[in-house]
Amino acid sequence: MKFTGTESYVATNDLNVAVNAAIALERPLLVKGEPGTGKTVLAIEIAKALNAPLLTWHVKSTTKAQQGLYEYDAVSRLRDSQLGDERVKDIRNYIKKGKLWEAFTSDVRPVLLIDEIDKADIEFPNDLLLELDRMEFFVYETGETIKAKVRPIIVITSNNEKELPDAFLRRCFFHYIRFPDRETMEQIVEVHYPGIQKTLVRDALNIFYDIRETPGLKKKPSTSELLDWLKLLMAEDLPPEALRTKEQGKLIPPLAGALLKNEQDVHLFERLAFIARRERG
Amino acid sequence: MFITFFLELRKAKVPATLREYLTLIEAMEKGVPEYRVEDFYYLARATLVKDERNLDKFDRVFGQCFNGLEFIGAGSEITAEIPEEWLRKLAEKVLTEEEKRQIEALGGWDKLMETLKKRLEEQKGRHQGGNKWIGTAGTSPFGAYGYNPEGVRIGQDKSRNRRAVKVWDKREYKNLDDSVEIGTRNIKIALRRLRKFAREGAELELDLPDTIKSTAANAGYLDIKMVPERHNKVKVLLLFDIGGSMDDHIRVTEELFSAARAEFKHMEFFYFHNCVYEKLWKDNRRRHTEFIPTWEVLRTYQHEYKIIFVGDATMSPYEIVQPGGSVEHWNEEAGSVWMQRLLDTYPKAIWLNPVPEKYWDYTPSVQLMRQIMGNRMFPLTLDGIERGMKELNR
Repeated sequence: MKFTGTESYVATNDLNVAVNAAIALERPLLVKGEPGTGKTVLAIEIAKALNAPLLTWHVKSTTKAQQGLYEYDAVSRLRDSQLGDERVKDIRNYIKKGKLWEAFTSDVRPVLLIDEIDKADIEFPNDLLLELDRMEFFVYETGETIKAKVRPIIVITSNNEKELPDAFLRRCFFHYIRFPDRETMEQIVEVHYPGIQKTLVRDALNIFYDIRETPGLKKKPSTSELLDWLKLLMAEDLPPEALRTKEQGKLIPPLAGALLKNEQDVHLFERLAFIARRERG
Repeated sequence: MFITFFLELRKAKVPATLREYLTLIEAMEKGVPEYRVEDFYYLARATLVKDERNLDKFDRVFGQCFNGLEFIGAGSEITAEIPEEWLRKLAEKVLTEEEKRQIEALGGWDKLMETLKKRLEEQKGRHQGGNKWIGTAGTSPFGAYGYNPEGVRIGQDKSRNRRAVKVWDKREYKNLDDSVEIGTRNIKIALRRLRKFAREGAELELDLPDTIKSTAANAGYLDIKMVPERHNKVKVLLLFDIGGSMDDHIRVTEELFSAARAEFKHMEFFYFHNCVYEKLWKDNRRRHTEFIPTWEVLRTYQHEYKIIFVGDATMSPYEIVQPGGSVEHWNEEAGSVWMQRLLDTYPKAIWLNPVPEKYWDYTPSVQLMRQIMGNRMFPLTLDGIERGMKELNR
């Protein structure tokens, strides 16, 4: 059972090795990288490739580690007790299973995605250390221990907003998704839009990498933005020549709004394009 | 097995631990990588490096330790098929007269070739790296990079060597090293360290007294009351040195400024020139007409503001210690007096200096300013900002 990318996901060699190591050694895989380089999609694609169920746990700034294990809904129980509901006698009725619990009790090996772990409180990863290491936890309310039947494949993504604790990092494999080079990018485009005009892709990629190399951009466009842009270009049915237009007054490429998301960046790019044109004469 | 490599990594300040090393061995035993150096490189990287800032260091150490590995691979014959003519021609082009004499001293070309062959023999089976054997850019006259940066590669015919440049030799992660690159997003993340602590313990919480009161008012039926989340309350005062010697550092200062603007809700900024005196201003073009007295700043912004000075602190020492020392105007009180006033009002203060830390000792005014700041001066690099934020949080 080796992961080598899927029909809709181009995985580079180094990514494959990291994923396979995580699968073989049953340790979590921590994925970082520029926004929009396919960190979250990776987990979905691993699940697809291995034909395993996917569980996603989106982490927010208010998420607590405990919520991934289980939550005891004391408030509903209190309310039910006031209403004289029968369910109140069994505490199990008020224990809500979290994503880790679901993953641990799954019969087939699932893929668990813990998305954007850096969004949570600084203590969050530390609170999950033991659970991710031993793949078991204790439910105080009922006194039972939940132990993983099969150790799930855990993919954790981070946008680097907070540093993760060392103890946590030691237990993971790590992969940094580098921004794809041109060759890989062409493959990615091909996978997403099979049969797309070669000339269109070539010109679009020229413009795309030009924009990315513009010094001082606040936000560089990413893979997902390139794909959106290409989709727009195809939807508008623009001829490839439109991308190469040298007309006056058309300094920025068509539909550039999909790539540049910030008016300062648009101005900057316009200014540089203007200078470049003037130099060319 | 790879203990030398592991130790070299630690020496290069890649924080790999024993546990991670054992994981690597375990993965090797389970046969995760196929038996190719590249796969091993990827696996070792995923296991031992946990932060993209260390990837470049890792690449360098890997290159050092494993260079030449593939041509001493198990079972392969050592081939040292170097066209001697070619080598000699190359050497004539590259070597200086003096170096040529040194070669002569070694016994001339024939002797050199002999030593080379001998070394290759000795090297059989050893691939832990080191600086005697054939490797990169070493002191040994043999091996890649030995003669020039392009490198005279030994015994590597095309078929064995898929790519001339190894993945780790490309050093693609160079600009993720935090001592080098600085960009808006990176700065934002560094500045977020300040926010992080302000948000610590932030959560949606049950307002117990209010819940009890409301429940009672509600005839005993539960009426839950929550209190809203606490927000980032960090207040920051940024003072920028502008003009003069700071012109060299405009880009990085701009980046810091735009990052800080996005990151802090309560942020105020002012400009000064070289040192803080009785006037500060917000628009550099109208600095002489529209200014704000420093006293007013001290009165307006409460002491819970954290203050960050950004400047190169490079000036004549008189500008700091002497009344009337300013280059621009007559200042009644010395810059150090004003600095001290600011520091007394805002105990949480740091100075970020775009001049690299290693040059600080050569400029007396930097040392002086550092003294006034009580050593709280940090370089304007990611690492420096991080250290500074830590200081502000203490």
